[in-house]
Amino acid sequence: MSSDAHNHQKAGADHGFEPKIIVFCCNWCSYAGADLAGVSRLQMPPHFRVIRVMCSARVDPEFVLRAFERGADGILVAGCHPADCHYIGGNYRTRRRIALLKMLIQQFGYDTDRLQLEWISAGEGEKFQKTMTEFTNTINELGPSPIRGGE
Amino acid sequence: MAENKEAIQSDKPRIGVFVCHCGSNIGGFVDVPTVAEYAKTLPDVVYANDNLYTCAEDGLSSIREAIRKHNLNRVIVASCTPRTHAPLFQATCESAGLNKYLFTFVNIREHCSWVHMKEKDKATVKAKDLIRMGVSRARLLVPQEEVRVDVESTALVVGGGVSGMSAALSMADMGFPVHLVERDGELGGFVKLLNNLYVTDKGAEETIVPLIKKVNEHKNITVYTNSMLKSVEGFIGNYEVAIGHKGAEDKKIKVGTIIVATGALEYVPEGLYGYNQFPNVVTLTEFEILCKKKTLPKLKSVAFVQCAGSRGQKLSYCSRICCNVAIKNAINIVDNYENMLGLAEKQGTVVDKIPVEKKATDEILERRRRRRGRGTEGESDAEEVKLGPSEKIEVTVFNRDVMAYGVEHELNYNKAREKRVKFVRYTTENLPKVFMEDNQLKVTYFHETLKLERTMPVDMVILSTPLVAQPDAGDLSKLLKVPLGQEGFFLEAHVKLRPVDFATDGIYVCGTCKGPADISECAIQGAAAASRAAIPMAKGYVQAEALTSVVDETKCTGCGTCIAVCPYGALRKNDKGLVEAIAAACKGCGACGATCPEGAITMTNYTDAQLLAEARAALDEEV
Repeated sequence: MSSDAHNHQKAGADHGFEPKIIVFCCNWCSYAGADLAGVSRLQMPPHFRVIRVMCSARVDPEFVLRAFERGADGILVAGCHPADCHYIGGNYRTRRRIALLKMLIQQFGYDTDRLQLEWISAGEGEKFQKTMTEFTNTINELGPSPIRGGE
Repeated sequence: MAENKEAIQSDKPRIGVFVCHCGSNIGGFVDVPTVAEYAKTLPDVVYANDNLYTCAEDGLSSIREAIRKHNLNRVIVASCTPRTHAPLFQATCESAGLNKYLFTFVNIREHCSWVHMKEKDKATVKAKDLIRMGVSRARLLVPQEEVRVDVESTALVVGGGVSGMSAALSMADMGFPVHLVERDGELGGFVKLLNNLYVTDKGAEETIVPLIKKVNEHKNITVYTNSMLKSVEGFIGNYEVAIGHKGAEDKKIKVGTIIVATGALEYVPEGLYGYNQFPNVVTLTEFEILCKKKTLPKLKSVAFVQCAGSRGQKLSYCSRICCNVAIKNAINIVDNYENMLGLAEKQGTVVDKIPVEKKATDEILERRRRRRGRGTEGESDAEEVKLGPSEKIEVTVFNRDVMAYGVEHELNYNKAREKRVKFVRYTTENLPKVFMEDNQLKVTYFHETLKLERTMPVDMVILSTPLVAQPDAGDLSKLLKVPLGQEGFFLEAHVKLRPVDFATDGIYVCGTCKGPADISECAIQGAAAASRAAIPMAKGYVQAEALTSVVDETKCTGCGTCIAVCPYGALRKNDKGLVEAIAAACKGCGACGATCPEGAITMTNYTDAQLLAEARAALDEEV
């Protein structure tokens, strides 16, 4: 995959690839972590768009699949750390769901790295920045999604 | 009137977009006027404007004015974060007659201008995208009615220590009936074990006994000792709880609010610093009990070891109170040990040494084993004779750093040093070692200033171990459906803004069950939790946020998967075998909605359609 990824990066750079990234943030931890990143003025690539949900467990598999269908190059789901869920254990359900979804998108020809789950707490502004930067880099390396003419 | 309003609000959307400069916070990094112009081109947007500060009074009045003038039935503010400012703008909408659920917040500051400060063009594109997402969501919003739930003005307090008693008394004094459940044979909690309490010179008994008496005698408080919470059903204002008493039938009561004050235990430093290996090695609490009972050996040299088991050694956190407690005990030894020993001699309780097994601390052993009931104590009421500070006992406190937080404690720390208590630092690379040589307890430590290893004989080693969560806190957490943090302590809704609330409405938390705290802090937290619980009880009702699951009976097959995933018991089967949602119990997480294989469940105000529309708008150029 790594040599492929390298080629994609080149292709991406040639065509001015602007990745489209959707981030589902739970209201209580990750959204607040993203807010903290903002308050701390932590700079990051501008390609992600945050959608607020109350709990990461609200992210219906359909949301993820529809977003890929509509041309998302990468989707990140961010929730509270294990044992820190505002809704007791929603994040555990998310973890299982994302593991299954990764298998599913692979069957549609998507690289599993295009879907990612991260635990980001309300106090982890830096982790939000790091996650967004790394995920954007990953997607840049993978290039446009299969539905947008990539692989 | 309501009919008229609803008619307006369910008409074709007429959206107003207010883009905020936030001074230069947004305006400096995003081309705000261009963004506002772009908003005007989006479907159903009939009005768009940019303000210097939308949250200032002129910004708010411009929203109210535009709602009237342009007949807006949806309002979007693109500014900061909904986590701080949504209530303000929602109230503004309501004051202009618009249902607050027709308001949409778009965050173009924290998630855009502040994190893309060097890319104005791209940040501007992103701000446009975010507003387009907001418009797509706003078009699908519908007004919501908040459900009004009656609240039973009776409270349940779980745990009869200082925190629980303080909470119970506060509420009882306000006139609310309180049921106080304590699993031990008597009230008092951890403090009952202790000798004296810092800052004041009073003994623990002197402080706690009047409090216990006050609680027992209060006409509004019913005390249940030797009792446990057996089951909890319901939601804020309407809890049905069963209290189990050993050898008796469960008692069922109805309460409106619940306060958790189950306290903490002391960490047992098994395998650390010669504990349970050599005689005269005890924990801080064990030492307090020995002092209280005057079961004391003769001492010439005492060593404290701070952070025994905490801050990365066994447990990750700092237990926060042990520095102050150790300083208090160090002063007590210097000032008072001779007196206490004199009393012990009179009582005939002087001991040769504190044995390894069974350190004469029945209470704490019992507490650890979670047995119920305890024996009576032979407490001497003889007056202590003040002899003045002892020059004879040397006290050394081995510490990583002393955190005597606050005014009184720092003064106490200074006082201890004036009394020649030695504070010796150690590092995690060079922990002090406790060992036995020639029938003499000794401590070897690395002197950080001299860079030399030193050994000193000591008569007693006192280990300052952290407070740890109750081992069965998880059971209560499951019963009440409230979360525990990573260390096993109860987790509040917000560490700063809602420190004694649980995320679950109607359940509150105080004292050491949510983390180490000293007695004054526990009393404060108890009173705080009481005043939080009093709000719904005084009002007599609550309004549940209209963010709940809604089941489409035409799609539901009654498989029950959603019931299994709901952490709040907010879904149940009805007579038809189909699922129905209990709005007042639902917290709106949406796990059920994502789980339902039939797509029969969605969340009000966070519908599948709304979230999908947002995602689509983020990816497409059109709404």
